[in-house]
Amino acid sequence: MTTRYTEDHEWITVDGDIATVGITAYAAGQLGDVVFVELPEVGKSLSKGDEFAVVESVKAASEVYAPVDGEITAINDALEGEPAKVNEDATGEGWFVKIKLADASQLDGLMDEAAYTAHTA
Amino acid sequence: MLDAIGVASIDDLFTDVPEAARLDGLIDLPTKQGELQVERALSAMASRNIAASQAPFFVGAGAYKHHIPSTVDHLIQRSEFLTAYTPYQPEISQGTLQTLFEFQTQVALLTGMDVANASMYDGSTACAEAVMMAARVTRRNKAVMAGSVHPHYVEASQTLAKYSDVSISVTDAAPADLDAVIAEIDDTTACVVIQTPDIFGRLHDLREVSRIAHEKGALVIAVFTEAVSLGLVEAPGNMGADIAVGEGQSIGVGLNFGGPYVGLFACKNDRRFIRQMPGRLAGETIDADGRRGYVLTLSTREQHIRRDKATSNICTNAGLCSLAWTIHMTLLGEKGLTTLARLNHETACELADALGSIPGVEVVNDSFFNEFTLLLPKNADQVVNELAHVGVLGGVPASRLYPGRFENYLIVAATETNTPEDIAVFAKALAGVL
Amino acid sequence: MGMNTQGRPTRMAGNIAPDNLATGGYADTISGSRGLDQAEALIFERGAMDRCGVDLPEPKGLKTRLGGQERKGEIGLPGLAEPETMRHYVRLSRKNYAIDLGLYPLGSCTMKHNPRLNEKVARMPGFADVHPLQPASTVQGAYQLMGELSHWLMTLTNMPAVALSPKAGAHGEFCGMMAIRARLDADGESNRRRVLVPESAHGTNPATAVQCGFTVDEIPADKTGRVDMEAFKAKLGDDVAGIMLTNPNTCGLFERDIREIADLIHEAGGYFYCDGANFNAIVGRVRPGDLGVDAMHINLHKTFSTPHGGGGPGSGPTVLSEALAPYAPVPYVVENGKGGWELVEHMDDAEGDPFGRMAAFHGQMGMFTRALTYMMSHGSDGLKQVAEDAVLNANYIQARLSHVMTAAFEGTCMHEALFDDRFLKDTGVTTLDFAKAMIDEGYHPMTMYFPLVVHGAMLIEPTETESMSGLDRFIDVLEALATAAKEGDTDRFLAAPVHAPTKRLDETRAARQPVLRWTAPTDTVEAAE
Repeated sequence: MTTRYTEDHEWITVDGDIATVGITAYAAGQLGDVVFVELPEVGKSLSKGDEFAVVESVKAASEVYAPVDGEITAINDALEGEPAKVNEDATGEGWFVKIKLADASQLDGLMDEAAYTAHTA
Repeated sequence: MLDAIGVASIDDLFTDVPEAARLDGLIDLPTKQGELQVERALSAMASRNIAASQAPFFVGAGAYKHHIPSTVDHLIQRSEFLTAYTPYQPEISQGTLQTLFEFQTQVALLTGMDVANASMYDGSTACAEAVMMAARVTRRNKAVMAGSVHPHYVEASQTLAKYSDVSISVTDAAPADLDAVIAEIDDTTACVVIQTPDIFGRLHDLREVSRIAHEKGALVIAVFTEAVSLGLVEAPGNMGADIAVGEGQSIGVGLNFGGPYVGLFACKNDRRFIRQMPGRLAGETIDADGRRGYVLTLSTREQHIRRDKATSNICTNAGLCSLAWTIHMTLLGEKGLTTLARLNHETACELADALGSIPGVEVVNDSFFNEFTLLLPKNADQVVNELAHVGVLGGVPASRLYPGRFENYLIVAATETNTPEDIAVFAKALAGVL
Repeated sequence: MGMNTQGRPTRMAGNIAPDNLATGGYADTISGSRGLDQAEALIFERGAMDRCGVDLPEPKGLKTRLGGQERKGEIGLPGLAEPETMRHYVRLSRKNYAIDLGLYPLGSCTMKHNPRLNEKVARMPGFADVHPLQPASTVQGAYQLMGELSHWLMTLTNMPAVALSPKAGAHGEFCGMMAIRARLDADGESNRRRVLVPESAHGTNPATAVQCGFTVDEIPADKTGRVDMEAFKAKLGDDVAGIMLTNPNTCGLFERDIREIADLIHEAGGYFYCDGANFNAIVGRVRPGDLGVDAMHINLHKTFSTPHGGGGPGSGPTVLSEALAPYAPVPYVVENGKGGWELVEHMDDAEGDPFGRMAAFHGQMGMFTRALTYMMSHGSDGLKQVAEDAVLNANYIQARLSHVMTAAFEGTCMHEALFDDRFLKDTGVTTLDFAKAMIDEGYHPMTMYFPLVVHGAMLIEPTETESMSGLDRFIDVLEALATAAKEGDTDRFLAAPVHAPTKRLDETRAARQPVLRWTAPTDTVEAAE
C-alpha cells in the first residue's frame, strides 16, 4: 500500500480498489489551524481535478481536488466535530474521503514521496 | 519632505499619470469655504425640507419616526466608536467587538432566533441576501415572495438575483391571507418570503405556511420593517421561520431621509445556515491569558478570503447604526420595549378610530400593529399632497409603492411620538381635503 | 488543493492559560479592573428585565387589534438605567483605538480625520429627521442636496452620470458591474461573461463579478507591481465582459498603462470598471473620466471623510460613462425645469433602462450630507491639496523607512507605501508579530497580508491629515522596531501586545467552536454548535 501525492498537496493511499484521500501535513501547516472541512456527499462521482471539498483555517480557505476519477464511498464525519485532526494527523485520522477507483492507472501519473518532498522543498 | 523623498516637486510624484490626464489648473467647482459659510449654505438647504418633528407626522412604510433617547446620540459620537475602523485588530477593538456580540444576542432574542450577524446595510438588502442564502442552503433556485412584502425589498431581491440562477415569483399584493404563497410552494422551492406586519400593516400568522414549506423542504424567511413591533407581536422564530430579516431603523436610528439604516439578519441554529450566512460575525474567545474577549470570526465565508467563492460581496456592516440600535435596546430592556410597543399600538388604535369615523374613509385592516391602510373616496396621492399643503404629513399613498395600483389607498403609521392633538389635527385635515 | 491565501498564526503557541477568567477581567485585582482599564461584563450579566433607561407613560390598556398575534413568553432582553448604560458603553469605548487617538495607517482604508462640521450638518433636523417617502414638496432641500452631491461627484470624475443609492463600496461595485451586464445584455452580447481581475485586487472585486453572473480570470502583476500588459493582452477576447481595476492599485501604485488598458478593453468590446477605493490619491488632480473609465464607485467614507463608525455605515455612489448611464438604477433625482427637483423612483418612469433598484429608499443620505459638507469646505483647491498631501506623506514614509524595512517595489508610490517581510527574514518575527508590537507602541497597525501579491505585506496609508512631526514620530517607532527585530529582540514581538486591553486572542478557538451570542449560564454555552 503506497501513498501518492499531487502537486496540489493531496495524498492518496490505495487498498484494493478503494483509495483514501486527504491533504498533506505540509498543506495543513501552510493553511494554519484548520477550523472547518466541507465534505461532499457519499455516492458523488468525481473526475480527476474536480473540486470535492473545502478546507478552511481562520484566515485561509482552499478547495481540495480529486486526484483520480471515482465515486465517493465514505467521508470522514469526525472532521466536522474535530477539524484539528487535519493538523494533528493529516495522513491518518485527518483523512477526507474514500473513493472507489475508476482507473487505477491514473495513480501512475502522481508523485511518490520522494518526488513530493522535492516538490515542497 | 521632498528632499527626503528625493524629488523636486509634488508634480514629480504624479509622473505615472498619463500626461493627457494630468490637470493643470483646478477643476471647475467652488473653492474652499469656512465653517460658517458651509454651515449657512447647507442650513438653507435643510430649511427647504419639512422635518418630521415640525408637523403632525404619520409616514411609515418601512421607516418610522420614534423618539431616540439623548444618550444614544451622545454615545455614538464618542471618538472611539465614531472614528474607529472595522475591528480587524481585536486587541484594540474590544469596544466595537463586545457591542457587536451584544447586538447579535439582542437581535437573536428579539426575533426568536438562535444567532444573528453583525448587521447588514438595511432591511431590504438583508432580505435580498436571505433569499440568496436560502438558495445556497437548500441547493434550490426558486423563491416565492408574498406581494405584500415591501415592494422596495422585492425589487432589491430581484436585483440581487437578476443574474444568478435564482428566480423569484411574487404573489399578488392584495389578498390578506397567505393562500397564494402556500399554493406556490412545491418540491423545488428554496424559500418563501413573508412580511409581518406587511406593507399594508396587516399581521400574519406564519405557522401554517411554515409547516407546509418545511414539508416541501423549503425555508421560511420572515421580514419585518418595524422592529418595535416585536415587542408586542409574536416573533418569527416562534412561528417556524428559519431566517428573520428586517429593518432596525426604528430602534436608535433616525429617519435620515432613507439611510443609513441597520439591517437585522438572524437565523436558526444550524451549522449549514451559519456557514452560509452573509456578513460579519463577532464571536467569543479567550486571549493568551485566558481572559474572555471577542473577535470577528468565520470570515472564510467572506469576500476577502473566498474572493469569487464568497457567500456575498459584502464588506461592511452598518457599524455605528448597529451600535445606536444596541444602545437604545439596552436603555429600553424588556420592560421598555414592551411598553413602547404597546404605546405604539394604542396610538395606532386611536388613530384608526379617529380616521375610520370620517365619512367615506374605511380602515382596511382586520389586524395591525402601528400602521394600517385606509381606503379613501379619492386619489390618495392627491390627498397626501393636499394634506402637506395644510401642514400634515399624512402617510404614504400605496400607489407610490405599487405604481398604477391601489390609487385610493393610503398607508398611515402612528408611533409614540404622535399626540392626541396630532391625531385630531390629522382627522380634521383629512376630512377637510376629501 | 488551491490556496486562496496563506494562513497565519491565529492562536498563541505554547500553553494557554486555563479558561478561568470568564468575565474578561484581570486575575491580579479583586475587581478584575486595573485602574482606568476597567473590566466590563456583558449587558446580559449586568441588566435586568424590569430595569429601564427611558421614560415612557403607562399604556392605557386598550383592547388590542393584533388579530391574535400577541407575543407570548418573555423576550429575554435585559435593560440598564441611563447612568448604567452610559458607563457600560463609555467603558467599552475605551477599549477601542480610533483616528481621534492617533495615526491609523490602514492601507486601502483612508483613515483620515473626520471633521465634526460634517456631524453637525448631518444632524440638522431638515436632513436627519426627514422621511424618504414624504411628498416631494416637503423634501426639496433633500433632493437638492442629492443633486448638488451628484454634480460634485460627476465634475470631480468627469463622468456624465452617477448612481447615489449604493450603500457601500462593494454595493457600488455591484452597481457598476450590473450596469455593464445590463449593457452587454441589451447589445445581445450574451457570450461576454469573463471579467479580468488583477491578482492584487481587493476580494470584493471577484465576489462582485460572480454576483453579476460573470466568471473571474485573474491577471498577474508584473515586476513593478502593476498589471502585466502582455498577460492582459493575451487574455482579451470576444468573451471578455470587462476589467475590474483599482487605480491607484492596491500596491499603492498608479497604473501607468491605464489609458492603453482602457483602449484595449474597449477595442475588445469590454468595459472598464475602476475600483475607486483609492480615489483619495488623485482627487482634484486626475479625473477618472479622462482615463477611459466606464464605471467607478466612490467610497464617501474614505475620500470624503464620512466616519468609519467601527465598520460602517459606508456609502458608495457610482459614476457611469455615457455607455452605461442609461442602465443606472432607480431612484435618482432630476431638476424639474421649474426651479425644483423630483425623484425618479420607478423603472417605468426612467428615461433609460435601469437594471433595477439596489435597496429601499434613496441611498445613504446621512453620508451624502457629510460628504458634501466636506467637499464644500475643501473646494476644488482644497481637494487637490488633499491628494497632493496624501501622496507626499506616503512617499515620505516610504523614503524614510526603506533603509530598515523593505519596500515591495521600486520607485515612488501614490498615497500608500507597501512593504514586504524580507526585512524580517530569519528574525523569527512575522508581519503579524511586527503589527502587534506597533499596538504596544500606541499605534494601530497597518493593513497586513494584503495585497496578496506581496509576501507578508504591510500597507501603510497615512492620509493627508497627519502632520510632518506626527509622521516623524511614527517613522521613528517603526525604525526602532525594525532594528529591534533584526537585533534579535524577538520576545518583544512574539508576546505583543502586552499593553493593549487584551493579549492576543485565540481566533482558532473562535472559529472551531463558534460562540456567536450570549446564552444564560444554565444553558449550554456553545450556542452555535
